[in-house]
Amino acid sequence: MTFSMLPYLMAFLLLVVGLYAVVAKRNVIKVIVGLAILDYGVNLLLVLVGYRRSGTSAPVAPILTGGMANEPGLVAQSVDPLPQALVLTSIVISLSLTALVVALAIRLYEKYGTFDTERMRNLRG
Amino acid sequence: MHGMSLIVKNITRLVAGFIAIFGVYIVLYGHVSPGGGFAGGVILAGALVLIVLAFGEEYSRKVFPHDVAKTSDALGALGFLLVAIFGYMVGGFFVNFLPRGQVGNLFSAGTIPISNLAIGIKVGTGLFGVFLTLALFRRQRDRAGAGSLNGPKGGGPHGGET
Amino acid sequence: MPLMVAIPLAGGFLISILGGLTGSRRPAAILPIAMAAAVLVLAVAMLAGSGGTTVLWIGGWKFPIGISLLADGLSRLMLVIIAGISLLALLFSMDYMRQYTSPALYYGLFMLMLAGMNGVVLAGDLFNIFVFIEIAGISSYALVAFGTEADELEASLKYLVLGTIASTFLLVGIAIVYNVTGQLNWAKIAQVIQAAGGPSRPLYVAAALFLMGFGLKAAMVPFHAWLPDAHPSAPAPISAMLSGVLIKACGVYALARVVFSVFGASEVFGWILIALGASSMVVGVFLAVGQWDFKRLLAYHSISQMGYVVLALGAAAVMQVRGVSEAVVALAIFGGLFHLFNHAIFKSLLFLCSGSIEYATGTRQLKSLGGLGRKMPITGACLRIASLSISGVPPLNGFWSKLIIVLALVLGGFYVLAAVTAIVSFVTLLSFAKVQRYVLGGEPTEAAAQAREVPAGMCLASIVLAVLCFASSLLILPAVKGRLLDPAVRVIQTGVGSAEQVSETTAVTGRSERPGGEHPLSPTGLVRESP
Repeated sequence: MTFSMLPYLMAFLLLVVGLYAVVAKRNVIKVIVGLAILDYGVNLLLVLVGYRRSGTSAPVAPILTGGMANEPGLVAQSVDPLPQALVLTSIVISLSLTALVVALAIRLYEKYGTFDTERMRNLRG
Repeated sequence: MHGMSLIVKNITRLVAGFIAIFGVYIVLYGHVSPGGGFAGGVILAGALVLIVLAFGEEYSRKVFPHDVAKTSDALGALGFLLVAIFGYMVGGFFVNFLPRGQVGNLFSAGTIPISNLAIGIKVGTGLFGVFLTLALFRRQRDRAGAGSLNGPKGGGPHGGET
Repeated sequence: MPLMVAIPLAGGFLISILGGLTGSRRPAAILPIAMAAAVLVLAVAMLAGSGGTTVLWIGGWKFPIGISLLADGLSRLMLVIIAGISLLALLFSMDYMRQYTSPALYYGLFMLMLAGMNGVVLAGDLFNIFVFIEIAGISSYALVAFGTEADELEASLKYLVLGTIASTFLLVGIAIVYNVTGQLNWAKIAQVIQAAGGPSRPLYVAAALFLMGFGLKAAMVPFHAWLPDAHPSAPAPISAMLSGVLIKACGVYALARVVFSVFGASEVFGWILIALGASSMVVGVFLAVGQWDFKRLLAYHSISQMGYVVLALGAAAVMQVRGVSEAVVALAIFGGLFHLFNHAIFKSLLFLCSGSIEYATGTRQLKSLGGLGRKMPITGACLRIASLSISGVPPLNGFWSKLIIVLALVLGGFYVLAAVTAIVSFVTLLSFAKVQRYVLGGEPTEAAAQAREVPAGMCLASIVLAVLCFASSLLILPAVKGRLLDPAVRVIQTGVGSAEQVSETTAVTGRSERPGGEHPLSPTGLVRESP
């Protein structure tokens, strides 16, 4: 049913918005924000992929609390933990990328005097 | 960068320690509850950034200079690699070679708490170093080009081609 | 084997600590050069070792849950290429980086990039290759901007934004693949896809995303827009690394892996690869002829030469599906991989020579150079050798690889493509004749008047590469070929067949006593018969 497709649509929407911001905006800071939105969209998509519905009860988070070693009920009932690990890694990667691109933007401002990418056209051809 | 007003300074004096402890808690309990190295490290960096923002650059330079941040960043990464290499010598790469206790205890799950600790140190100080580089860039450049910026992730150094 | 990744990583962080201690440039370079030499020795040792597929399961978690490091013929070939070129680039940068400040930062980032690329070719599953591509990519974004002049920053920004979009596409592709198959390990995905009788519709979407993402990393047309800006602006040894290794390891290798070993070669993929490769070849070389900036010209040629490789691989895929004889398919793959190997050598040599010229004269514009053939004899000779190589003049290595590609195309029935390849080769010769005339011949201009020969380290790196240009034509000989290139060819040719090998192998680690585990150091089912 379309109701359960809503989160996927939202993730896709985030992707599209981010891509638009990266492609169509002239200000470097807006491009950076667009990159961040792209990352959010992809992470959301990855987490959604791991959603698993058990059919009997509501899904729980895959956390092993005390004294609960190897309970088969948890395995059947929890959502998939693998995409969550992927998302953690992806968040770390996008953090370092954001740090790098912000540093680049600061230096670009110092060199060109503007944040406008239309004016940063030294390289041509 | 000068610090902020007196109210902010007082509140920071009270709160920053708790934030740091909270970050350390999340790092240490990473194998029991959600969190772990990266999330705890970010909170730790948040505490350090709060101190810098509230008290100004001069104070932070006395207490936590930029080079210390860089060095402990690299040390954290080397610690993580050491854990992996020890595992390589004992068993496989990254194998858990310390005893695993009960699930849910603090001293369980083999080498994972050590890895968490190393990553927590690395991320905390590394992110703090990044913040210092980005925030103090203008100031250092304005001060007659003194020193070159050696941040771990901040752009390249001064100087160009001959 | 995991040391291949661990050593450069450790080196990167060690350098960051020690960077403040060592004063001048030369001692700072000893550690990275030692590490790169160690990596090269390990890579050659791995090559000389067992001939089949080696799989290392990290942490003892078995197939199909565990993370694996996969080293088969193709990976070993790439490892040797990466390690060799990195060592020579480091030798070169010992003296070249005197123009820049902060050598510790440079070597640290270089080591990170090396670790990332080693990880890319060793990765055994889909997400690991993404992580290592990102590691190598982020370090290369920072290295491109190293001089922090306006040009370099702008180029790095362009490279970064485009690279991030590509990585995002890759991640969405990974999400789709995980959703459909539930696995991330390459071998397991291949098994699942084969069991289902071929990729289903969502998997084709994922494949399209992968092609876009890896195509951008490999600088295929129409995803090439970052390369002509990024490669010239980087410092010369970094340009050599980027053009000689990075677009191969992150781009073409990953593309070949995903298309051949995971999805299985089919007609659709083959034709797409052919289209990408052919357009890259043609567009690259025609845009290159009109360039007046030396390094920009070389960058466009990188695009065109990578088009050769992708074209050969795509043609092999189509031929394999059409049922053309295995020998011709093997020939096409061999031509492509051999050209990959050769291109790493002569393109790095070209960029290093351009770095030497820039070091000596301070400019890259062809119009302001001249008469350097007399002033800088060693660099001039190396430049001549490299230009002849890339244009495909016998008996240098470029000739053999291009000949093999053309032969394979003709034997496979792609006459138009073979003709196009020959024409592109001729235009390459034209553009390098222009380079030689402007740089080496003629009268010295005032910029070139005070040029002297470059320091010893840079010369040494250039000479070694020039010697390799001659030496790698020896790779035609079956004895040498069997060791180095045939395993790689076999891997691509068997495609999804290598999946069974992985599922059979057990952990190959050090001394491990796992209860009920298999005896280590005895990999099962590894060596395959020749096709």
